[in-house]
Amino acid sequence: MEPFITRALAAGIGVAIVAGPLGCFVVWRRMAYFGDSMAHTALLGVALGALLGWGNNLGVILVFLAVSFILAYLQKRQDFSMDTMLGIMSHTALSLGLVAVGFSPEVRIDLMSYLFGDILAVSWTDLVWIFSFAVGVILLLSYFWNSFLLVTINEESSYAEGIPVDRLRFLFILMIAATTLTSMKVVGILLISALLIIPASTARIFARTPEGMAILSAALGTVAIAGGLALSYYLDTPSGPSVVIVSALLFVGAQFWRMIYGR
Amino acid sequence: MKCWDAARTAESKETALTELLNNISPATSEPLIRASDLHFRKNDKVILEGVSLHISPGEVVTLIGPNGAGKTTLVRILLGIAPPDSGSILRRKNLRVGYVPQRMKFDRIFPITVERYLRLGASTTVSAHERLLEETGVRLLFKSLLHELSGGEMQRVVLARSLLRGPELLVLDEPVEGVDAPGQAELYELIYRLKKDLGLGILLVSHDLHLVFSQTDRVVCLDRRICCSGHPDSVLKDPVYSNLFGPSSARKYALYTHSHGETGHPPGSH
Repeated sequence: MEPFITRALAAGIGVAIVAGPLGCFVVWRRMAYFGDSMAHTALLGVALGALLGWGNNLGVILVFLAVSFILAYLQKRQDFSMDTMLGIMSHTALSLGLVAVGFSPEVRIDLMSYLFGDILAVSWTDLVWIFSFAVGVILLLSYFWNSFLLVTINEESSYAEGIPVDRLRFLFILMIAATTLTSMKVVGILLISALLIIPASTARIFARTPEGMAILSAALGTVAIAGGLALSYYLDTPSGPSVVIVSALLFVGAQFWRMIYGR
Repeated sequence: MKCWDAARTAESKETALTELLNNISPATSEPLIRASDLHFRKNDKVILEGVSLHISPGEVVTLIGPNGAGKTTLVRILLGIAPPDSGSILRRKNLRVGYVPQRMKFDRIFPITVERYLRLGASTTVSAHERLLEETGVRLLFKSLLHELSGGEMQRVVLARSLLRGPELLVLDEPVEGVDAPGQAELYELIYRLKKDLGLGILLVSHDLHLVFSQTDRVVCLDRRICCSGHPDSVLKDPVYSNLFGPSSARKYALYTHSHGETGHPPGSH
């Protein structure tokens, strides 16, 4: 195998094994739109990073940190509904990012690769980023696993039991941010939440435990990545959409399986 | 009683005075939780106004009030979910609280068996509580998925889980909402039996006193402030109660306010 394919595959697996379990919480907690909005703000980070010469990752990290704080704060206050606030914030950030990119012709940003991913261009440095974040998120998620489950089941009784609900909520937002940051290269800003939601929803059809669903979701994500990569390599399709399409095919296939063998 | 009020504000939870009081008062007589003069407003609307409440071990306190009376807000404040604007809450040291929320909504998308749910965050092993599992009847449900349960089964499972953690105070917020009528009586019977066995304090939120009348030690009537409280017999005879809950209450309430003006309320409460 050519080394860039190996790197792409490794990067995809690194992203899928995190997005699987995390995506389960996204669907359990009905935060699909949330993940999407978070991702959309990333372009602002990319643009800022490029304009100010900080590099992409630092720019995105700073924007995500700001966004995480704003979202954690907004989740506590409820002046407007959350999806309204998210919509305002994410589209504003996405637009600011696009305008910033357009304003600075001296900064060369390949917009398409950020929006839709460019998995074949993953570098060794990217891989190091992806795997350090993946290990970090997985460790955190396993350490707080039971608490996360309880908060997902019922926030109020978790408060009563003394679980640090607010801190866990913030941690969860940070983990989504980290996953978004590392999967940008793989599926692109516009499609990241698909990687969170689709494998998790497919896994639900077969799973009877939260852990089973998380592991299966990671596995299905890995299959989707490998399939998408193959599509991208042989047919020269953009990598992000290819991964999402394979993922969706798995979902549809699972639905048929359920209809035939039925639960 | 004044010293309790001053002992603790919502912000500073650990004061020397509390320690002192904990040491002086023997564990049995000391209330599990004591809230004093709670005030809470939301968007300039007064939700709670000078509410004080305590619950002692082995006592069933029923909180009743019409919709929008601030019952849920009060529970949230007592549980520590939301801080009050002013007032103090004094919990017994390391108080273990079990909370059975109004209605647990379960999505099919979250697959978890009853057994696993009971294990989640339990301080002891589930099998150590055989009797509890038998009494609540959840053993038969072990292999079911949570979202497949009926309203009554779900409440029993949630109740069983909170009891497995060995709470000293159990807070039940309208626990029979969405449970059919025979199930309601059964559920209440179970709660009272467990209370007798385990000797825990119970705060029960209900909009209907008649359901819970016979087993309640003390009724607290809430309508932003505490309108009346005491033994269920005396509360049922209280005109304030019948104004809030009695039959044809609207007409009576109009008469009442007309003839008594504001005198029914404590002075200076506005």
